[in-house]
Amino acid sequence: MAVKSYNAGVKEYRQTYWEPEYKVQDTDILACFKITPQAGVSREEIAAAVAAESSTGTWTTVWTDLLTDLDHYKGRAYRIEDVPGDDTCFYAFVAYPIDLFEEGSVVNVFTSLVGNVFGFKALRALRLEDVRFPIAYVKTCGGPPQGIQMERDILNKYGRPLLGCTIKPKLGLSAKNYGRAVYECLRGGLDLTKDDENINSQPFMRWRARFDFVQEATLKAERETGERKGHYLNVTAPTPEEMYKRAEYAKEIGAPIIMHDYLTGGFCANTGLANWCRDNGMLLHIHRAMHGVIDRNPHHGIHFRVLAKALRLSGGDHLHSGTVVGKLEGDRAPTLGFVDLMRDSFIKEDRARGIFFDQDWGSMPGVFPVASGGIHVWHMPALVNIFGDDACLQFGGGTLGHPWGNAAGAAANRVALEACVEARNSGRELEKEGKDILTKAAASSPELKIAMETWKEIKFEFDTVDKLDVAHK
Amino acid sequence: MSEMQDYKSRVSDPASRKFETFSYLPQMTDAQIRKQIEYIVKKGWNPGLEHTEPEHLMDNYWYMWKLPMFGETNVDVVMKEAEACRKANPNNHIRLLAYDNYKQSQGTNMVIFRGKTV
Repeated sequence: MAVKSYNAGVKEYRQTYWEPEYKVQDTDILACFKITPQAGVSREEIAAAVAAESSTGTWTTVWTDLLTDLDHYKGRAYRIEDVPGDDTCFYAFVAYPIDLFEEGSVVNVFTSLVGNVFGFKALRALRLEDVRFPIAYVKTCGGPPQGIQMERDILNKYGRPLLGCTIKPKLGLSAKNYGRAVYECLRGGLDLTKDDENINSQPFMRWRARFDFVQEATLKAERETGERKGHYLNVTAPTPEEMYKRAEYAKEIGAPIIMHDYLTGGFCANTGLANWCRDNGMLLHIHRAMHGVIDRNPHHGIHFRVLAKALRLSGGDHLHSGTVVGKLEGDRAPTLGFVDLMRDSFIKEDRARGIFFDQDWGSMPGVFPVASGGIHVWHMPALVNIFGDDACLQFGGGTLGHPWGNAAGAAANRVALEACVEARNSGRELEKEGKDILTKAAASSPELKIAMETWKEIKFEFDTVDKLDVAHK
Repeated sequence: MSEMQDYKSRVSDPASRKFETFSYLPQMTDAQIRKQIEYIVKKGWNPGLEHTEPEHLMDNYWYMWKLPMFGETNVDVVMKEAEACRKANPNNHIRLLAYDNYKQSQGTNMVIFRGKTV
């Protein structure tokens, strides 16, 4: 072993943290950052700085560096690439040795990867585009409490997407009136209804009263329709203790599924709750409030595909993923990219879909992507075509806004969904023949007919802000 | 806008019961059922049949009709079994399932003949 001596002072990061010859290990955690540097700093130096600041390094040499084997622990910038169509920034690839991180801790991984480095002065902006979690690390995480296949078995739903709805208005209903809205949706044919993310336990509706009324609504709808139903009881709470208290009560009254906001609630609470759900046979729906703050700016923050991977590791059976066709942001190719990252076992690198690394999940169960926001019956053919069967389609306004009420709105959506799945299975092209398929289905469903008349003209056609990086033509 | 309609579904009315996938569409014709069987065999899934008395439709386990038809790709054969199952159990719901042995679950599951609900 070469003898190293201590020289105080500041040395260039690149001397230690830029290793273009480095051979990536199968066990390394790999990250792709999009770096927008300050003027006058070389790409190699700034990439090395990012690797250093997100792993072992600090701004100056310290004598205690010599007490450890830095080569074993340091992150290394190993590749730099141009960003297609954008000269202001570049991609830097960093490899982190697996021993830098606590096993099974999404918290620990992100504290390093997107910690202090994001405030680093030599950077104008920094975005974490993708992370490759090695199978060795994946195996240390619990993942989805039940996963897609188990949820299908629990809820007895096969061969089609799940159908849901968020209860509105999102704030201000009393518990009993809220339960009424749930009952009407479920008896009309929805599989699942959802608490809005803002609903926790406010003065107008405390959680316990909501849980009681909603569970009565769910059970009655099951008796009435002969189908399994559920309502995502939001257990997001100010403290973990309170969260577990609500989760325990949901289980006690027989609810099949609870819900959590994993970004505002935090990875620590989420991972704990996912473990609790696994131990208690509960399904876990995950909402992503605050993601737009983190993932929308194309030059700074964390891409949603990384947040989705974090959730799959931390644990959740459903995750909101955008709709591609509704009122919220979502470009088609990258949305399909992270939808695959949520559901599949092995996903190949595919820059055309924004996937920078092969990702092997091994036997970790998949997460249902949830398409929710501004969608209605006319979107159904496209949604079934885009998402396939393993998705949860949630029509809020598209159910509750039906002129005849929630039950009719639910039935309209259910008929439209089943008509599309039946047509797809029969070999018809959904997006081309959508109108014909829906019109034929509406002939035996007055509820669908009215829904189609009500929402015919509504479309959301704003340009997507966060697009894939592609060269200007 | 046409006149508002009441949603006719009652706990007291067995005809209000649904049975999951495709139960909100009209009963499929034989030609439509054949298309669904084609879809199942094209996917490489194994078709199977189950049936139950309508009053027990919420049970996970219905009566299995013989064994799943492992490796069967002939739509006529599956259709003939479905007809035989119906003939033997004319009052029961009969569902067509598709076992996906890679996912270790059911690829799809649909009631193709509806039993007597009253």
